[in-house]
Amino acid sequence: MLIEFTDKGLYCSAGNFYIDPWKPVDKAVITHAHSDHARWGHKAYLSHYLTVPLLQARLGPQQYQGIGWNEPVYMNGVKVSLHPAGHIIGSSQVRVEYQGEVWVVSGDYKTENDGISGAFEPVPCNTFITESTFGLPIYTWQPQPVIFEQVREWVQRNGKARQNSVFIAYSLGKAQRLLKALEPLQQPVYVHGAVWNMHQALVSAGIDLPPVQRITPETPKETFQSAIIIAPPSADGSPWMKKFTPYEVGVCSGWMQVRGNMRRRNADAAFALSDHADWPGLLSAVKATGAQQVYVTHGFQSAFSRYLNEQGIWSAEVKTEYGGEEETEENTVTEDNTTGGAA
Amino acid sequence: MKQFAALVSILGTSTKTNDKLEALSNYFSTANDADKVWVIALFSGRRPKRVVNASLLQQWCIELTQLPVWLFEESYHTVGDLAETIALLLPQTTGNDGNDAQPLHTYLTQLVKLEKETETVKKEYIVTCWMQMTKDERFVFNKLLTGGFRVGVSQKTIVNALAQAVQLPAAVIAHRISGNWDPSTTAFQSLLSEEHASLDSSKPYPFYLAYPLEANPQTLGEPAEWQAEWKWDGIRGQLIKRNNELFVWSRGEELMTDKFPEYNDLNTLLPDGTVLDGEIIPGIDGQPLPFALLQTRIGRKNVTRKQLQEAPINFFAYDLLEYNHEDWRPKSLTERRQQLEQVVNGAQHPALLLSTIVPFDTWEQLAATRRQARDHFAEGLMLKRKSSSYQVGRKVGDWWKWKIDPFTIDAVMIYAQKGHGRRSNLYTDYTFAVRDGDKLVSFTKAYSGLTDKEFNEVDAFVKRHAIEKFGPVRTVKPELVFEIAFEGIVASNRHKSGVALRFPRISRWRKDKKPDEINTLDDLKQMLRLYGTAGGEQT
Ligand SMILES: [Zn+2]
Ligand SMILES: [Zn+2]
Repeated sequence: MLIEFTDKGLYCSAGNFYIDPWKPVDKAVITHAHSDHARWGHKAYLSHYLTVPLLQARLGPQQYQGIGWNEPVYMNGVKVSLHPAGHIIGSSQVRVEYQGEVWVVSGDYKTENDGISGAFEPVPCNTFITESTFGLPIYTWQPQPVIFEQVREWVQRNGKARQNSVFIAYSLGKAQRLLKALEPLQQPVYVHGAVWNMHQALVSAGIDLPPVQRITPETPKETFQSAIIIAPPSADGSPWMKKFTPYEVGVCSGWMQVRGNMRRRNADAAFALSDHADWPGLLSAVKATGAQQVYVTHGFQSAFSRYLNEQGIWSAEVKTEYGGEEETEENTVTEDNTTGGAA
Repeated sequence: MKQFAALVSILGTSTKTNDKLEALSNYFSTANDADKVWVIALFSGRRPKRVVNASLLQQWCIELTQLPVWLFEESYHTVGDLAETIALLLPQTTGNDGNDAQPLHTYLTQLVKLEKETETVKKEYIVTCWMQMTKDERFVFNKLLTGGFRVGVSQKTIVNALAQAVQLPAAVIAHRISGNWDPSTTAFQSLLSEEHASLDSSKPYPFYLAYPLEANPQTLGEPAEWQAEWKWDGIRGQLIKRNNELFVWSRGEELMTDKFPEYNDLNTLLPDGTVLDGEIIPGIDGQPLPFALLQTRIGRKNVTRKQLQEAPINFFAYDLLEYNHEDWRPKSLTERRQQLEQVVNGAQHPALLLSTIVPFDTWEQLAATRRQARDHFAEGLMLKRKSSSYQVGRKVGDWWKWKIDPFTIDAVMIYAQKGHGRRSNLYTDYTFAVRDGDKLVSFTKAYSGLTDKEFNEVDAFVKRHAIEKFGPVRTVKPELVFEIAFEGIVASNRHKSGVALRFPRISRWRKDKKPDEINTLDDLKQMLRLYGTAGGEQT
């Protein structure tokens, strides 16, 4: 096995490095900056150069090395290269080649091009390790332009009713996509500190994003009149939201595809906008790699791998500690709240 | 259909009653009349008969999508709702954007016709419809097909929205839309007109419902201003005698006259133009029997002689809503009660009884009486203000139900399963066990009762401590102790424990208790001996 599944994470013994390990290791190749994939405590980090500033913002000064897509590096004679995953800015698949055998670790990915994260590139390989966050056929997304239109219509409807529009979206990924969706409205967008931090990191790395205004304890309540606000999931329902009254809450998440989840979140509106591949996306990605064997990680791994087996593609599920971006994000946000207003 | 789908979507997801009211009232002001009649019918429980069963719909969806059956089931389990699962799985259509080609009533009229058609005809119609619809339209269409149409709004909200839209008092609307009418033959105007209401002599009045009393009864003021009665554990009903016909309505707005032949003679014994409010309850010689016996009756199409003997049904009358064709609801309870006693005594029928008044002078005295409720097969007490009129729906102030505390038992969780609907990603359905020597015996499932935060905690525990998988069920390490509350207990030979509980729910998480401190099977059997019934087979 070129890549083994160990209790620290995915391990390539030939090259002596880990990919997205969940326990501290010497050498970690990181697919993307979400906190369940990029953890604290490794001696050296290798990732796409656009991921580096995000890691810096999250993990502080560490030993980082940034490389571009399709720029191979060699570790103990093992050829390692990164390829666009389309999940969030900087997100990459990791291609590992040794003695003629090729493995690809997908990290998180989506097959639809969102215009900011880079277009997902199918990488031919023998073995593909894929995520399966939305690995059931009930998850089939509507195209981005359709959802963006719904997003704008909702903001305009709220505006007419003199209500603020509060979007609940992950601070890294979803928030930036929303900015693009809202850009045509030419209205100021106010953001929570967690969203602000990610925005700053990306802008200083040279990414072109629409401007945002940071909400601080000093921001007067009168600022928010038919305004647009973006906040991370942890802010939903917290006293921080009081300032925006009257407001409607719109949750942006692939989980909103199912009505029950929408009700559970107490949202006034829900947009099934996801940074992960839907069912057709997962299937097309797997087929495009031409892999003979497919390992399935976090998500609906047992259903997806069973389906692949029935389609004649050898597959097995792998237990990892990925997933739960939401919970891990909440921790970082609580930290942000305690230091709130200082920056 | 689009407009209706949008309405259902708002009603299903909105968390604010005002938003729901606004959406409904907006709908009633803009939709076409035929659609409105159907919406009133659907939202007040008058669903069309089920045209196809759920498994056929599932089968057709599988054929169309070419998915393996297990994957369909896995999807269904995650979504928690068949209509929605199918709506999500069918291939996406571009949808007939904007043009609401087929209004709601055309589909419903078709469905009524389809009832007698062959399976092939049904399939062709349904599949054609599916392929022309958007996801949201498919969802409501499937709901109509399976007859499982439930919306998250109370009857009261619908009545208020209609009242707003047609500018009539809510009580008038509530009365007019109750009773026996057929949406496929009733026009919107005539449904809401006076003539129609008087024509239909079976119409019950909307029920007045009590709020649970959570505060100390002292807060209600002078005991002398209040009347106390037992709170019976039966089916709330109205007994109507008009135009020499007798009707029995349940609170669920179901006409149940045929289920209770015991009441037949009352048609000649009650004066014409009488409406009684009371409890439908099994009883012998004026003494109520356990509710479980009533369930053996209502489940069956035809009542047998044996059932009539074993579970004779009484009507415990507690209010008089109409007398001599006159609406008595505005009069005071004291006045209504006096006349009620005369009516009941005048009828002299063994099945018609007065729900007795529980005498008391002080609240302390009444509290002591309440503790004996179980001995009377009652769930507690009703407190009614003597000067109160008979109102519509659930209103705070004049009627209170003062229930006795439920039974409780401490048990350990042994199985967990993912929830449905709004909790479909969490392990929220648990099975509990009590101790029997050194073994654990499962005895009940229980669902609600934890906060979202606690559910998340238990969910994380299940994910970490699952020992075995049987399909969707996880066997977990018996470690978490919960207090289970329930309303009643019956003997059951379908359960390993030999008992079945009524309304079991988690009342709290006993983090302070270890699994060896839980109750035992003997404790349950003891409760069964004291308060249970030999219910046997009924569920
Ligand atoms: Zn991610
Ligand atoms: Zn992930």
